[in-house]
Formats: sequence, C-alpha cells, structure tokens
Amino acid sequence: MEWANQLCENRQFGSKMTDSKYFTTTKKGEIFELKAELNSDKKEKKKEAVKKVIASMTVGKDVSALFPDVVNCMQTDNLELKKLVYLYLMNYAKSQPDMAIMAVNTFVKDCEDANPLIRALAVRTMGCIRVDKITEYLCEPLRKCLKDEDPYVRKTAAVCVAKLHDINAQLVEDQGFLDTLKDLISDSNPMVVANAVAALSEIAESHPNSNLLDLNPQSINKLLTALNECTEWGQIFILDCLANYTPRDDRESQSICERVTPRLSHANSAVVLSAVKVLMKFMEMLPKDLDYYSTLLKKLAPPLVTLLSAEPELQYVALRNINLIVQKRPEILKHEMKVFFVKYNDPIYVKLEKLDIMIRLASQANIAQVLAELKEYATEVDVDFVRKAVRAIGRCAIKVEQSAERCVSTLLDLIQTKVNYVVQEAIVVIKDIFRKYPNKYESVIATLCENLDSLDEPEARAAMIWIVGEYAERIDNADELLESFLEGFHDESTQVQLQLLTAIVKLFLKKPTETQELVQQVLSLATQDSDNPDLRDRGYIYWRLLSTDPVAAKEVVLAEKPLISEETDLIEPTLLEELICHIGTLASVYHKPPSAFVEGSRGVMHKRLPARTGSGESTESPDVGAAGGSAPEAAPSIIPSQGDLLGDLLNLDMAPPTTSGPPPPSTGMQMGGMDLLGGGLDSLLGGDIGGSPAMGAGFGAAPAVMPASLNAPVGGGLGDLFDLGGVGMPMGAYIPPKIVWLPAMKAKGLEISGTFARRAGVIQMELILTNKAMSVMTDFAIQFNRNSFGLAPAGPLQVLTPLGPNQTIEVSLPLSTVGPVMKMDPLNNLQVAVKNNIDVFYFSCQYPISMLFVEDGKMERQVFLATWKDIPNDNESQFQIKDCHLNSDAASSKLQGSNIFTIAKRTVEGQDMLYMSIKLSNGIWVLAELRVQAGNPNYTISLKCRAPEVSQCVFQCYEAVLKN
Amino acid sequence: MINSLFLINPSGEIFLEKHWKSVVSRSVCDYFLEAKEKALEPEDVPPVIHTPHHYLISIYRDKLFFLSVIQTEVPPLFVIEFLHRVAEMIQDYFGECSETVVKDHMVMVYELLEEMLDNGFPLATESNVLKEMIRPPTILRSVVNTLTGTSNVGDTLPTGQPSTIPWRRAGVRYTNNEAYFDVVEEIDAILDQSGTTVFAEIQGVVEACVKLSGMPDLTLSFMNPRLLDDVSFHPCVRYKLWESERVLSFIPPDGNFTLMTYHVNAQNLVAIPVYVKQSISFFECGSDGRLDVTVGPKQTMGKTVEGVMVTVHLPKTILSINLTATQGSYTYDNGTKLLVWDIGKLNPQKLPNLRGSLSLQAGAPKPEENPSLNIDLNIQQLAISGLKVNRLDMFGEKYKPFKGVKYITKAGKFQVRT
Repeated sequence: MEWANQLCENRQFGSKMTDSKYFTTTKKGEIFELKAELNSDKKEKKKEAVKKVIASMTVGKDVSALFPDVVNCMQTDNLELKKLVYLYLMNYAKSQPDMAIMAVNTFVKDCEDANPLIRALAVRTMGCIRVDKITEYLCEPLRKCLKDEDPYVRKTAAVCVAKLHDINAQLVEDQGFLDTLKDLISDSNPMVVANAVAALSEIAESHPNSNLLDLNPQSINKLLTALNECTEWGQIFILDCLANYTPRDDRESQSICERVTPRLSHANSAVVLSAVKVLMKFMEMLPKDLDYYSTLLKKLAPPLVTLLSAEPELQYVALRNINLIVQKRPEILKHEMKVFFVKYNDPIYVKLEKLDIMIRLASQANIAQVLAELKEYATEVDVDFVRKAVRAIGRCAIKVEQSAERCVSTLLDLIQTKVNYVVQEAIVVIKDIFRKYPNKYESVIATLCENLDSLDEPEARAAMIWIVGEYAERIDNADELLESFLEGFHDESTQVQLQLLTAIVKLFLKKPTETQELVQQVLSLATQDSDNPDLRDRGYIYWRLLSTDPVAAKEVVLAEKPLISEETDLIEPTLLEELICHIGTLASVYHKPPSAFVEGSRGVMHKRLPARTGSGESTESPDVGAAGGSAPEAAPSIIPSQGDLLGDLLNLDMAPPTTSGPPPPSTGMQMGGMDLLGGGLDSLLGGDIGGSPAMGAGFGAAPAVMPASLNAPVGGGLGDLFDLGGVGMPMGAYIPPKIVWLPAMKAKGLEISGTFARRAGVIQMELILTNKAMSVMTDFAIQFNRNSFGLAPAGPLQVLTPLGPNQTIEVSLPLSTVGPVMKMDPLNNLQVAVKNNIDVFYFSCQYPISMLFVEDGKMERQVFLATWKDIPNDNESQFQIKDCHLNSDAASSKLQGSNIFTIAKRTVEGQDMLYMSIKLSNGIWVLAELRVQAGNPNYTISLKCRAPEVSQCVFQCYEAVLKN
Repeated sequence: MINSLFLINPSGEIFLEKHWKSVVSRSVCDYFLEAKEKALEPEDVPPVIHTPHHYLISIYRDKLFFLSVIQTEVPPLFVIEFLHRVAEMIQDYFGECSETVVKDHMVMVYELLEEMLDNGFPLATESNVLKEMIRPPTILRSVVNTLTGTSNVGDTLPTGQPSTIPWRRAGVRYTNNEAYFDVVEEIDAILDQSGTTVFAEIQGVVEACVKLSGMPDLTLSFMNPRLLDDVSFHPCVRYKLWESERVLSFIPPDGNFTLMTYHVNAQNLVAIPVYVKQSISFFECGSDGRLDVTVGPKQTMGKTVEGVMVTVHLPKTILSINLTATQGSYTYDNGTKLLVWDIGKLNPQKLPNLRGSLSLQAGAPKPEENPSLNIDLNIQQLAISGLKVNRLDMFGEKYKPFKGVKYITKAGKFQVRT
C-alpha cells in the first residue's frame, strides 16, 4: 500500500511539473520528469528511464544534469541496465569528475566478477572514462585483467592499455603496462595477439622512436601464425605491422610473402589492400629472375581488379592506391585496361580516378580502345569529367607517339561539336601536342583559328595565342589575329598578356616589315601602361634585345625549344617509394607523405622500400638498406662504417624534442629591474619598428636590393636603424672549424679535411687536400650523391698543379643548390666522392644547415605573425641552449651574421623574446622564438616550420653560432 | 582508430551520434555538409574529407550518410568496411536500414555500436556473436520481456568467441538439418551503340543458408572451378585446400552468410543475354526528337529472361515525352528526367518495343550528351558463367542433411551507350 501511495505522490508531483512546463522551457520539464522516473523503485521504470536518457544523448541533447540519478542506478544485477549506465558514464564522466568517482567502487567490484563478460565490460568502461582520479584506480584491475584466464578479458584489457596511454602516457610506462602488452604478442589466443598489436601500433604512432614494436624473426613468426587465425580486423592490424619489418634477406622476404598471399582472397577489402602493401614492399627484395617473383606479380592483379567491383567508396580508395601501384609496377595491371572503363552512373570521384589510371596504362597495344572510350566520355553530362577526358586525349598523344595522329583527329572531331568548353580544352591540349611533335600537325591550325572568337578562358586564349605566334609564318593573317587580341589587352589575365607579348615579338622577328607598328604597340602597353612587374620586365628585355641586336634576339626568341616530356604528373620517385610503403592509408589517398598532413605524428618516420639484397648479406637497420638501395651501385665501404654510425647516433638525438617546462621563475628583484630596462628599450625600439608605417614601406621597396649585399644592409635609413638595433656591426657568418673528413689511411694517402662556409651569398666547400703518400697525385675531381637540399658542385674542383708527396693545397669549391634532391638521414648528411689518378674515394660529412640560410630571409612582421599562426602547433619544437652568456642584442646581431634575422623583440617579465625568421635555399621558412632571461645562461628556443624535420638541424646551428 | 560516428539523413540532419573516444563536437560535420552542398548528387560526395583536425570518412547507403571521424592515420578501407558493416547490422537486426528504423530503436542501435567497437577497435562484428550479446527485437520477445522483466541483453559471454572459429556458436540444434546454396551472378557490361561489347565481366557470389546441428565440416566442390579468376572467401574457408584441390572446405557459421564472392574476367568471353536496338535522336533544327528502343534475347542458354527493365536518364532540356510500349508499361518523372520502362518477361516471338517522340523546351539547343540505357534483368536457374556445383559432402556429424543449390543470373551495372 505504501508503495502505491508513493506512486500516487510521484504522479501528483509530476502533474504539478507539467503545469510548470509553461513557465520553464520544455527541455527542463523533460529532464525533471526523467529525474523522477530514474528515482522510481520499479526496476522496469528505471530501465525505461535510463533508455530515454540514452536516447536523448544519442541525438545530441545535453542530459548531463541527470548524472547523480543515473549513477545511482549503477548497482544492479541487471546487465542491460548496467550497460546503459556505463554508456552514460562514458559520455558525461568528464564533465562531472567528482561525481564520477562515486562509480569507482562498482567498477572495481565488477572487475572481480565471476562472469568474464562483466569483468571485461568493467575494465573497458573504466578505460573510457577520461578522469584522472578514476584512472588511478584502474591500474590494479587492469593489471589483473591483462593476465586474466579468459582471452576475451585479456583482449579487452589490451585495448584498455592504449586508452590509458592516451590519457596518461607516463602512468602506463611507470606501471610497466607496455611490457605486459608486448608479452601479449606471444599470447596463445590470436585475437589477443591482434589486439595487442593494434594497441601497440596506436601507442607507437604517438611515440615514433619508442621502438615498441621490436620486430625480429621470432616475433614475425608469431604474427604470421596469428594472422591465419584472428578476425579480419586483427588481420589488418597484423599486416600493417608486418609492413614495418625489414627482412634480413630475400629468402625471408619470400617466405613472408608466401604466408601473406592467401590474404589476397579475403572478403574484407581492407585486408586485401594491407596484404598488397606487404607484398609490394617485400617484393622489392626479391631477385627479379626468381620464378616466384613473376608468380607473385600475376597474383596481385585479380584482387586489385575485384576491389573495383565493390561499393564506390571502396573503389575510390582502391583506385587512389592502384594509381600508385601502376606507377611503381605498371606490369601488374597492363592487361586490365577495361576494368577502368567508366560507367555513366559511377560517382564523379570514381570517374576522375579511373580516367587517370587509364592514361597511365595507355600503351601502343591498347591505345585504340582507350581513344574510343575517351571520345565517348567527351559527350558525357558532367563538365569536369568531360574536360578531363579531353585533356586525357592530349596526354595519350604525348605518351604514345604512334597514336598522336589519331588523337589529333579525335580532337578535331571534338572541336567540330562546337561545345564551348570542349573546344577550349581541345585547344589547350593541341598546344601541348605541338610542343611535343613540332612541325607535324600544323595543317589543323586553320580549324583552330575558326574558333578563336569562342575562347573565353585564359588558358585556352593563351594556348591559341602561343600557337599563332609559334607558327606565325604559316598563318597569313597572324598579325590581324594577334591585333584583335591586343584591343582589350588590359582586361586580359596575366597569362594571356605575357603570351601575347611573346607571340607578337615572335611574329615581328618572322615578318619584320609588316608588323613594326604592332610590336611597338605591345611593347609600350607592356612596359608603360602595365603595373605587373613580370610583364614589364619581359617587355623591357624584349625591347632592349630588339633595339640592340635583332640578330641575337632572333636567336634567343626563335631558338629551338626542348620537347616536352613524355609523361606528365608522375609522382617523384622517392615520394612514390615512400607512398608504396603507405598503401592503404590516408597518405596513399592524398598522395602525400604522412608527415605532410597527419596531425599528432611528431617526428614522423619516413618509410623506404627495402633494397634488393643480392646474396643475402644482411643489413642491420632499415635506413641503411634504403640508402644503399638508392645510392649508386658502387656504394663504398667507408660510408656505412662511418657515416651511418654517425647517422644512427643522430637519429637517437632526433627523438621527440625535449620539451622544457615553463620558464624558471625569477626573483622579484630581478624582475623589477629587468622590466624597467626591458620595457623601456622595448617601447623605444619596438614601437619604432612595429608602429611606423614608413618602416613597412621602407622594407617594401628594399627587398630587391637586400639579398645582394651581406655586410652593408641597404634597407634605407630605417632599415639601418633596425639592423643595428643592438650592438655595432653584424658579424660574419659562423664557419665551423675544419675537421678531417677522409683520413689518409682510408684513401691511399690522401687526407681531406674541410668545412663549409657561406660567403657573400655563395656556399663554399673549403677543402684542404694533403698528400701523405709517396707518389704525386693528379686529376682531382669531385662529385656529390643526391642530398636533402640538392647541393652540387657549381664548378669543377680546381686543383691545377699536381700534388706532390707531403704537399698540402687549400681549395674552395663553390656549391649550388640546384642538384638532384633526395632526403638524407641525418638531413644534413652529404656523401661525397673524390677521384684522383689513384682511385675513387668516398666519404660522408655533415654541413651546418646555416650555410643554406639565404640573405633575403627576413620576413615582414605581418607575414611572420600570420605564418606563425598558420603553422600547426605540432610542428613546433622546443630546445634549450645551455651556457650561453650573450645578451639578447648581442645574440641577435651574431645570428644575423648567419642570416638569421630578428624581426621583433618583446620583453615580458624580464624575459626577452626575440622573433626571428630564416629562409632556406629551397624556400622553406623557419620561424623562431628565442627566449633570453637576463642572468640565466640557458636560452629556450621554439622553432616552427612546415617541414619540422629541419628543426633539429636549425637548432644545432643556433647552438653553434651562439657559442662561437 | 575510429573516433565517432554520425548518421546523417539526405537533408543534412544529424540524427545519431556515437563516440568511442572523447566526444567530438558535431560541428565537425559542417565540413561534410559543405561538401554535400557542392555535390550534384548525394552519391558524388567524396568519401574522404580532410578538415584541419580530423578526417571524415563517409559512405552513402540506403539513402543515409554514415560519417566517421578519425584523428590519426587509419586505413580508410578499414573505416569504410566497418561503416558498411554497421549498415548491414542495422539491416540484419531490424529488417531495413532507414532513418525511421534507427530512430525507433535508438537505444538498441547505440548498444550495438558500443559492442561493435571499443576505443575505435572492432570488438564484435560477426552477426551471430552480436545476436547473442544483444538479441534482435521480435514482437513476441518484446511482449515476453515486458511480462517477465527479462531483457534483450545476453548476460553470458557468447560461446565460440574465444575459440578459433568465432563465427560459429557451440551447441546448435535443429530438427530439420538443411543446407542451401544460392549461386548468384551479376553481369557488369558496357555495350556501345552498335551493340558490341566494350567491356563485360561477371561478379558472382555464393550465398549460403546453413542450418545444421553440431559442428558440421562441409566440402563443396565445383564441376569447373578453373573458371574463376579471383575469389574471396568467408574467413571459415580453408584457403590451403582451395589452393591445392580447388574445393571449398569449411565449418559454416550458423544461418545466412556469404560463403564466397568471385569474379569472372573480361578475358573469358562473357555471354550477353540480351541485345538492345536503340536510337535516340534529335532533329538539328526544331525542338523535337525521337526515341526507339527494342530489346531481344541473345545468348540465354535456352532460358527465359525475366524482370527486364530499361532505365534512361533523359537530357535536362526535355520538356515532355509521348511514347508507346508494345509490352509492359513506362513511367517518366519530369523532375528527375528519369524514364523507366518495365517490360517483364521477354518473349522471343514478339519483341518488346518502345517508341515515340520527345519534345524539347522551346528554344533549347540540341542536347550535347547521349543518354545511356541501364538494363535490369534476371534469369532463373542459370549461372551465366557456366559455373556448376558438383557436390556437397559433410563430415563430423552423423545425420543426413537436406541439400539444395539454386542458380540465378542478374544484370549488375549493365549499360548500353547511345
């Protein structure tokens, strides 16, 4: 009876509240009702109420106000109710940490439950509650669960370690959970192994150098065994993990491939693609003449084709990857052209990808089919697709020479359709065909000229003008045509203006008599009436050229041009290799290395394909293998023994940047004193620098001159003031002392020591060659391997006289930065080959990256600010420079000597903050914030750069410059 | 791994969200909705979208967007496969996958999602395991539940979960033991104007419905297994035996499952069961055009072609059409310009024809594009590739099961260009 009474009361209470609904918002009323229901005695009612709460939560309503009431329902034998409450807790515990602690006891108790389902549920839920206080209580239950007798609990606990690591990495390490997790890789249950691998991979991703997944033949064997037995998702994790392993030799590589191949027949496309990745990578190590190699190649095609019959989203990812595979190994899919034919109801993103691959696969054998298809596509509805199809026809012509004629006639057919955008695209690609096969298809020019009036896109207009200029002698009315464009010269886009200028100059050189007036008109339009510097400069150059030496002008302007290259938009080989190692990931979808876009992957490890090992010689570290793979055949023995040791050492250093804590608090006394001084200086200098608009203007005009001179900044008076802001004259660039690069023992008596310097904008390698042998040395020459910044000798090594025994000569070799680029490890490593009459010697050395800092590396303040904000925080690295006793101004001027420019200075609480910019020779900007505290010899420096790999090198330069 | 899941309806409303790690604000979907606005059709929304802090990977299925949010480098195929698995799970539990159904069973869907992923790692995605954890709703059960207070959530660990055959539970009992296999083949083809095959291939699938007691070990063999170019199997199939003997040997899951999918390539000549004679033309001047389509049987191996349907996306500038069909009926939606001609069974004696005039909007130019024809059809009791099941043997159990095999051929993406 009492129960009934209470129910009655509740109901009354409820009805009262419904009235009040009119006064409050509906939402509040709803919450109040739920509250009442949650506190009901009836189990069923409670459960229904929790369900309602969850339902509101799933649609995004905020029901956090019910926290205590829901948590009260937690202690129950009803599993469904328990699960529901757990679901609620996971969502809201973070917002109510103090209340969440109420739940801890129940969790701990549940972790001891006899039912494995409940044990697992408890440990799993606890891991999802991201509240520090709760995680403390999680450790003991988790430790037990990791060793639980039931594999279901173990596998859940493995994932829980990853969760905990995300919340508190230090705790996980201190508690030794990582080791337990590593032990789980040897678990008897494949599902546990898979989850352990997944958890470790996730943890490793945030700690790239932690060496968590220590892969060796034994662990690989375990993984391969688990691979056969675990779930499809587990197989993906295991395969992705396998892909990071570098086999010792081709035999091991083959045996892994053999065991992975069955995965190609899995129903889950992600498993298939991960297997493809492993095979593509390990195949690299197999000798090409091996039978197994060709068998494997054949096996790869069918699964890739099958991926294309899956759902469109899967197709898209598959196609992006196939695009890479086709570039790396075109032979795999060369007979499968037809599967890439476009269906009219494919989504547009699939259509565009298919088209791209069709062109990559186009060859003499299948070109007829491809062209017929492309022509078909050119009549489709979607404009973007049609345009791309027309372009594709042009690319085919350039790629397959035999088809060029056919392509041109197809394009002409398309021009006859008079569909505006088709005509324009066709003209753009015909221009490229002319550039590839000059003097072959000029007969079509007449048809092109008919469509002159319909061209309204700049690219098409520019292409047409180029054609008219290039073939002016064969077009009777070329001058009229060009003149017609000239009328609206200033309304044209820059592209068209530049093209028009060049075309008219060409025309003039070909038909000087009739076109003098025209050329004068265009030159004056370009030089006097235009404010576009490019146009103006080009105009002046032509003008000067024509007026001083028309013959030379003819030789320059009408010179034979190099043919355009065979295949366009191929991915650069080193990037392609890296991307092949990332098949199936987001990197492969974006065709960019993960470091370019993945947030939170601090020092990203660059992956490389392994090298083909001929006779089973073993390479220890994967990086060495990679270097050997792309280095020239004659890889010498010195480089691995010396350079790589060094490289490895540095690698260790490259580990996550040592983040220093907050700046050490200084005493009140100091602070006051500094503040007075710092503040005063700041307002004097800083105000002047930042505030006055004249300053900005002064700089705006100056940059053209700035880079030229190093010692005397010519930025106008204000620039002077700024540059000399601190102490007297800027000092010269820092040059490291010479060290021995190649000891005489290793080079048959030739000793080379040297250093690098940047003098007046020129990078120089300064060498001392000593002959310690008995015979005379002659015929010196030098060569560099490809390196990170494209350093290359700008001239030959100038050793003119023979080098007698015990003689020494100093040579300085100017370097350019336009050589071939390959990323080295460490970044500033340079592999050098020196030849003389005796032999060729190899050594590797490291250059200070400061010699790549260019003179125009001073960024404008506004740009600096914007750039600093724009670069994601994850790209920021922080370093400490210890024992440096310069004040901030001295430091600033010292750094300026090495082209590290101070942009602004700010003093906050006795701390000088210097903001600096650096530009590398390859255009990479590095922004820095240097914090100098008076009386503290330790500086803190934060570096921000879009290519965070360089930060470590830049930091080393700072250290070197400031301490010398 | 997978952070969050949002379900979004075609008008852009988010009607379910689930987070497996910390909560991601639903404002992240704005990037997706923006891309959706740009796309002409919902199908055209790119599946991978990059936002400043997240990646959005989505699928469009059953007129719903399944959008997942990820933060780290995760294989996109893994995510897409999982999303399809979610859609299949909803279909499997509630009979259809739609907004209404999800809204009606909001809490159960939420519970299921929680079972499927843990911290973004898949936990239980096998239908039989899920069904033991959370029982699917039936009218009877919901009545019983309310009377007895029991729930839909299983309170013991599914059996078989820790074993090496996670797809099958122990202790299955049936009074009638039966095993049925459906060999379903779809023809993907593109025919050009003149009826020549540009491209054709067959996608096949062997669907199984196995209701056998105990732990049966089955072996299915084909008359002509060499026909198959590429196969992918349910995890239960022993790959080694397929490699060496070309037989399918497996311990089946209980109930319905896809045993194998396969692919017969364009290299082997694919039989095309129908031919289509068509002409869609527009007069150079004036605002008229004609349409004339005839469908006839070609290589049907003596079987009847049924369920024939022709779909045409007519150009946007069409104002109205006036057609007559000698068989079946046609519908035309002037909004989407979609013409559907439902023919039904194909009679070789009297070929169905659809002809008539098309009128364009006044002053509209002659359409530039050529509409393609999409063909639907099915043929009972025929696998067009010629694949035939030889026999099914059962080991490990003593009873005699009832066995059956059915063949059917359908049109997949079967297109005729004009």
